[in-house]
Amino acid sequence: MVDQPIVQVRDLCKTFPVKHAGGVSTLHALSGVNFDIKRGETLGLVGESGSGKTTAGRILVGLIPATSGTVNLFGHNITGVDAKAQLAAVRSRLQFVFQDPYASLNPRMRVGTAIAEPLDIAGTYSRKDRNDRVAELLELVGLPRNSIERYPHEFSGGQRQRIVIARALALNPEFVVCDEPVSALDVSMQAQIVNLLLDLQDRLGLSYLFIAHDLAVVRAVSTRIAVMYAGAIVETAPKTQIYLSPQHPYSKALLDAVPRADPAYVRAPVVAGEVPSLLDPPSGCRFHPRCVFVMEQCRQEVPLLKCSGSDRRVACHLFGNGGSNVRETM
Amino acid sequence: MTEPLLSIRNLQVQFRADSGWVTAVDDVSLDVGEGDCVGIVGESGSGKSVTALSILQLHDRGTTRMPSGSIQYRGDDLLRAEGAALRRIRGREIAMIFQDPMSSLNPVLTIADQISETLRRHQGLTGAAARKRVVELLGLVRIPDAPRRADEYPHRLSGGMRQRAMIAMAIACKPRLLIADEPTTALDVTIQAQVLELLRDLRQELRMSVMLISHDLGVIAEFAQRVVVMYAGRIVEQAPVAELFRQPVHPYTIGLISAVPKLDSDAARLTLIPGRIPGPQEDIPGCRFGPRCAWVQACCRDASPSMMSVSDLQSARCPPRVVALGAPHG
Repeated sequence: MVDQPIVQVRDLCKTFPVKHAGGVSTLHALSGVNFDIKRGETLGLVGESGSGKTTAGRILVGLIPATSGTVNLFGHNITGVDAKAQLAAVRSRLQFVFQDPYASLNPRMRVGTAIAEPLDIAGTYSRKDRNDRVAELLELVGLPRNSIERYPHEFSGGQRQRIVIARALALNPEFVVCDEPVSALDVSMQAQIVNLLLDLQDRLGLSYLFIAHDLAVVRAVSTRIAVMYAGAIVETAPKTQIYLSPQHPYSKALLDAVPRADPAYVRAPVVAGEVPSLLDPPSGCRFHPRCVFVMEQCRQEVPLLKCSGSDRRVACHLFGNGGSNVRETM
Repeated sequence: MTEPLLSIRNLQVQFRADSGWVTAVDDVSLDVGEGDCVGIVGESGSGKSVTALSILQLHDRGTTRMPSGSIQYRGDDLLRAEGAALRRIRGREIAMIFQDPMSSLNPVLTIADQISETLRRHQGLTGAAARKRVVELLGLVRIPDAPRRADEYPHRLSGGMRQRAMIAMAIACKPRLLIADEPTTALDVTIQAQVLELLRDLRQELRMSVMLISHDLGVIAEFAQRVVVMYAGRIVEQAPVAELFRQPVHPYTIGLISAVPKLDSDAARLTLIPGRIPGPQEDIPGCRFGPRCAWVQACCRDASPSMMSVSDLQSARCPPRVVALGAPHG
């Protein structure tokens, strides 16, 4: 039972209708996404705009329905026929934290009331237990006790994110989806929130899906990494493997593009081209128009996520047991 | 050394607030030489953008004032320049690009229309000549299929292409100085790398000086030759890029460099700067970084520190550290 993943995502697809002058087109936001998250683990989901990372996160917490595929949370299938009932059964065990803490807080609600809201909705707390719990949560996220009476605008961005985290933890969730939780913060504030999330994980045994575009932040918080591109996962592996020896050409291009705070660093050549339109994605491998290793096969066949090494999976015709395993030139 | 292209001395910028005038930028002095590439780095509220906007006086005059200081551009005082003289300098001598290209572009005019406007105004080019130059400029910023793209409206272009179009407009009159305010912050990391590469190439091809403003030390390390670090409205350190990263002097610079999450480290906990960034209205006696500084001494609270030389090329606003490093003079 210990190794049973708490989150299992299989062949997850999501399309959105897009209206325009000529009719309605289909935007393919997610095309067959697979991943697992084990208890106590953090999966870092990285990718650029339009890669589908946020859509995946929103489906996972039941904010939007999937088009097809399954999402299994704590053994409950929240994408099946009785999705509503299944989601209700696990609702209190999941939570989410978004990028902009100010947009997540009602500006006219006192911080104490905001943090207590989940407790009030659950309705199982006495007045005293509720107030004790709020005080305990404030302490947990490192905010002063007198914050209860204050309003969100009186806090800095970093402190507001602490408030949002306190509220997310009110009902003792086991799994938290963090969607770009530190992207809106300054560097010196970022570190404080990242460290808080790590401390909370240690103390409370939380599992995270950590969605971010900043690869360095993701490296600090994650156990495993999944790299997404244009609606699909291209590579997934324990973080050290991804960062030290990325296999998928896109993972490598993404890492190479990150500016290093080191003037002596010599950057590898920059990948050409832009992310494709998801209204009309390229055939075969979606990265093929930008890939320097492109082969004829890449233009026609969609590469599947296959094992490549003991704990790594790559969706590239160059790798995996279906590929020809050429890798001298990388 | 020859006369610098741009020379800012003791600049102070104030904004009108409910409580009176608050100082957003104080005692800023910096030079940009011919062919120089100066990076200004700082977090929110550091005054880096306010400083940049002062150069071309793009502030709202009703709510902003510059009670002291001077900005000399090739011998002319820009703060005394009016109307026609200022318009001649804007665009032709000094051009500026911003973070969000969509808000800098007119949504109801095509890219060609907008670039032609600059060409007509400053160079008197119209009709076929202007058209030819527009296509040439779009080619210069490496927009593929330039003749067709020229007739697109901004919303039809991707974020990266819009920023390229903005750059084309900025370099249309071959300015001597390009001020780039967070030019890649809104872009994905692979597109950011492409745009930085483009700016670097254009700087050489057109022999422009560049002032790059960024919150990202990685971008600064990669792009700038000389770095100005700002904190809470003041410059705290100035140094050539290699010296700044090898031997940062000001405690804030040291904190900022170590707070940046590293792509090549598996360390989970990030180094942090305690406390938070003060707002412009907060009255902090002495050094504005004092309350967050690990090296703080009694003298730091007594008087506002001034910039002191560490070497010919490096200076910092931290007398105790400069003295401790055994620097020759003040």
